[in-house]
Amino acid sequence: MNALEPVKTAIRMEHITKRFGSVVANHDINFVLKKGEILSLLGENGSGKTTLMNMLSGIYYADEGQIYVNDQPVAITSPKDAYDLGIGMIHQHFKLVDVFTAVENIVLGLKDEGRLDLKKARQRIVEICERYGFEIDLDRKIYEMSVSQKQTVEIVKVLYRGAEILILDEPTAVLTPQETDKLFAVMRNMKADGKSLIIITHKLHEVLEVSDRVAVLRKGEYIGDVQTKDASQQSLTDMMVGHAVALNIARPTPVNVAPRLVVEHLTVYDDLGVKRLNDVSFTANAGEILGIAGIAGSGQRELLEAISGLYPISEGSIRFHDPKASENAPPKELVGMDPMAIRKCGVSMAFVPEDRLGMGLVGSMGMTGNMMLRSWRKGKGAFLNRKAPEELANRIWKELDVVTPSTSFPVRRMSGGNVQKVLVGREIAQDPAVLMTAYAVRGLDINTSYTIYNLLTEEKMKGVAVVYVGEDLDVLLELCDRILVLCGGQVSGIVDGRTADKRQVGALMTRVEGDSRHE
Amino acid sequence: MNNKLKFHISKRAALPWYKAWAIRGAAILAALVVCAVVTTLMTGENPISIYATIFYGAFGTARRSWVTVQELAVLLGISLAVTPAFKMRFWNIGAEGQVLIGGLATTACMICLADTLPNSMVIVCMVIAAILAGAVWGFLPAFFKARWNTNETLFTLMMNYIATQLAAYFIIVWEVPKGAGKIGIINQSTEIGWLPQIGNQYLLSILVVAILTGVMYVYLNNSKHGYEIAVVGESQRTASYAGIKVERVIIRTMVLSGAICGLMGLLLVGGIHHTLTTTVVDGRGFTAVMVSWLAKFNPIAMIFTSLLLVVLSRGAGEISSAFGLNHSFADILTGIILFFIIGSEFFITYQISVRKSAGKEA
Repeated sequence: MNALEPVKTAIRMEHITKRFGSVVANHDINFVLKKGEILSLLGENGSGKTTLMNMLSGIYYADEGQIYVNDQPVAITSPKDAYDLGIGMIHQHFKLVDVFTAVENIVLGLKDEGRLDLKKARQRIVEICERYGFEIDLDRKIYEMSVSQKQTVEIVKVLYRGAEILILDEPTAVLTPQETDKLFAVMRNMKADGKSLIIITHKLHEVLEVSDRVAVLRKGEYIGDVQTKDASQQSLTDMMVGHAVALNIARPTPVNVAPRLVVEHLTVYDDLGVKRLNDVSFTANAGEILGIAGIAGSGQRELLEAISGLYPISEGSIRFHDPKASENAPPKELVGMDPMAIRKCGVSMAFVPEDRLGMGLVGSMGMTGNMMLRSWRKGKGAFLNRKAPEELANRIWKELDVVTPSTSFPVRRMSGGNVQKVLVGREIAQDPAVLMTAYAVRGLDINTSYTIYNLLTEEKMKGVAVVYVGEDLDVLLELCDRILVLCGGQVSGIVDGRTADKRQVGALMTRVEGDSRHE
Repeated sequence: MNNKLKFHISKRAALPWYKAWAIRGAAILAALVVCAVVTTLMTGENPISIYATIFYGAFGTARRSWVTVQELAVLLGISLAVTPAFKMRFWNIGAEGQVLIGGLATTACMICLADTLPNSMVIVCMVIAAILAGAVWGFLPAFFKARWNTNETLFTLMMNYIATQLAAYFIIVWEVPKGAGKIGIINQSTEIGWLPQIGNQYLLSILVVAILTGVMYVYLNNSKHGYEIAVVGESQRTASYAGIKVERVIIRTMVLSGAICGLMGLLLVGGIHHTLTTTVVDGRGFTAVMVSWLAKFNPIAMIFTSLLLVVLSRGAGEISSAFGLNHSFADILTGIILFFIIGSEFFITYQISVRKSAGKEA
């Protein structure tokens, strides 16, 4: 601890550790935000950026360590404490009341003396907007606003409450390049006014453009910080992804490789009309693990859901080559089928979704009930067959060492690793032809992660086409035979897992639209 | 330094069943103690004798016991009807209207068909009409929910008013004698359309609901439909993932829920009252929601939760006459007991810990 810091610090975090169960999200982090600077907090998905910031905004409470605000030791146990200390966080998901106007949202929840004086409040809001250059229609209702306007309201709200320290959690993820420029201009105005800002992002060119200093987190550890003027895209990428770490995951050479799933020109739109996948083509081979890399939200979820019949497809084809069919039989077209139809036409596809308890499992049910999610239709007549799922549950319980008191214990109350074992165990037990997994080891400890890697490799050697969506490049490079990199819904490259290096994949991942102007 | 204490509420990891039941037992005990204190403070009466009177009011004589069990059956039947919907997290608060419309359909058959069809055919028509009417009342909100994601709470609530107004209208159409504003006992002399008595006048509805309880238990726990309902209730995304057609399950379940409500309307009008008033359901469509949730959608446990509510409300009448207390007094006691029972669930799911604020010196 440096007590003789010449510049007064807005925030100092010392030896902060936060665990979720057995997973360490932040480990012994020392972090400083100086007064009047814009600091970028950089890191891959799951590196602990948001967790760290949530401890400042009062959502989490550190297990160990001490936080200082303006050099005073503080305990931030609720968002209200954070506000009282002048810390305001703008979350990725806005917390606004849709049917209220901007003004009403901004003053909402504030306890001023006496009656609520909307006129006076509006006066103050107008002043704030003018001072920092916000353009906002104060009387418009939130539901009529664009995403960027909503974000502006959030920022003004935080300023109205007297925040001196602002934390913006991936503010540009939802903005167009023009809107991003506007946001950065406002941020510079706020800085000029003496506010201290933290911006969480993983877009390197933005980091270089807006911030004074960059702090990098990797896998929950504080890697270090550099002055932005001394940094380049390459040096930051190296800090972010680190040196290649040998994990020693077994990767046997594929045998009998043959196309299993051929995806061509796949394009999908979400319900807001935003293009989520843009002309995606690739082949998943039987006997191979195909890795899918990319920054979060690059279309990984949409891709897997589209293949399993859960996402509306506007263009393209997904053809399944049935290993059991005769050689000359034409492949089956899966576009236009729902999961039930896909299953009924004999395509056994296993899918381990990212949202384990919200999609892959039923949290309130035990292992047996969750096994039935894949087999409930098999019972006689109108009744369920509980016997087979019960046996399967017992088998998985034993074989994968699931820690649970019984097969009827609600899976929601198991630890993350055990939940994932139940889900992966069930999907593999279907004896699938295609096995798709999304972030299969997210939040799991090392041992469980290796269990999962081994299971996937076993499936691959059985001749299953395995698709592995992952975020840890070290793992992708050691586990997968080929790696497809998604960027902004497009395939930015398909590389060989044995020869590719981390920098190459990292570069493909960050080749974002609008990024070209900085290269 | 600021060493203020802060309460921190967090979810419990797991609680063995006996501890959960100990908490529930303690809650009921605490409720009885609070009720006793309130009773003594407000009325000066001995709380023990009040409790005794409540029990006497519900089970004091053979007839009272039969009526209590019949009331239990009606409340339980409606609770069973709403349970599949609530298990699916479909907020069906329209049981009141679904029962009433079933009763209205029954009444229509009894009045309009009495002269044209033999008694047995009238009864067959009544059964079909009541179940169909309830099913339609359940289908409409479900269809709109499944298609356009309308709010089922408002929709089912509004359907109650439509049912009440329809009933009010037809009561005037069929009023006997003219100008009376009510129907009176239907077919009093011929007893056409009166459901047959088994043993005594109470047993039929009790038996029907007893069978219904068993069937519903099996339906929810051992049938494919029951499984689909549970999955849809937990997460619609999980349901689609498992290949369950969510829209179809929503509509099918609500049709079932409405149909059973219609059946209860049939029992109320054709089997118990033999007349129709707009208040024949008497708020039980709403009480049923509480019965169902308190029992966590377990039909067997619902026997006990509905028994508790029926005994308390039957005892209420007895208290008011025996002690000259206001009828609402029993409602106060019911409220206190429910408050404790529902409140105890909080302590089963969450734990409260106290931590010192870390305001140490730098």
